[in-house]
Amino acid sequence: MIRTTIVIALVVVGTFFLTVGTIGLLRLPNVYNRMHATSKPTTLGTASMFLAGFVHFGPGAEGLTALVGILFLFLTIPTGSHMIARAAERIGVPFVEGVTWPDPDALERPPERTWDERALDPGDSRRYETGANRPGESGESKD
Amino acid sequence: MEAIVVTDPALLEVLSATQPSAPPAALETTVRAALVLAGILCVLASYRVIRGPTEPDRVIGLDAIATNVVAIAVLVALLTDRGLFITVSLVLAIIGFIATVAVAKFLTEGEVIE
Repeated sequence: MIRTTIVIALVVVGTFFLTVGTIGLLRLPNVYNRMHATSKPTTLGTASMFLAGFVHFGPGAEGLTALVGILFLFLTIPTGSHMIARAAERIGVPFVEGVTWPDPDALERPPERTWDERALDPGDSRRYETGANRPGESGESKD
Repeated sequence: MEAIVVTDPALLEVLSATQPSAPPAALETTVRAALVLAGILCVLASYRVIRGPTEPDRVIGLDAIATNVVAIAVLVALLTDRGLFITVSLVLAIIGFIATVAVAKFLTEGEVIE
């Protein structure tokens, strides 16, 4: 009886998170935002479903398979999302207005230059793009 | 060959104890509703696969569908009380991950295996 109640509660929670993930997939404005919306809630929802399976089947063979499924999801879904985000950035999908990549050098992929070369170059436009977002690395402070 | 009819109540009790018992009514109703909802969510995510403005949108939609199908397999395992479908869901998760990695590599480099 208690076991059935727990299984029902976990299934309801999992369905809720799957619904939230799909709504975010449909309504958010950008590839990166949509991926953020699908990866985390669907991970939680499917992990909740697997936990329901574990509670239902008990700690036997199938229950342990369900726990392995949770571990697998927590390992692979962030990896896959990261690879899709990287691919989207590589093929040039633009960000939402005002958002920059955490490391702008990786975004623009310049040829390898040392920090001193960049600081001495007055025509380096990346310094001015990054100065607002990275306090303490404005370039002039190196002089 | 005629059917065997068991009338002994004690034997009936033993037989019913060895059968896989049907899930309780509340659990069955919940799991069926969750199955229907997960199917609807798959159809809704296919909007992003068909319509998505860029290729990574389509990949994300397919990824969401794959995760929903994993959840559907677990729900089927709960509904039919067969643990085999938990293993099926694990295999589906592996296939979805490999598909995602392959498509991401294809989008980045233009080929998967060179």
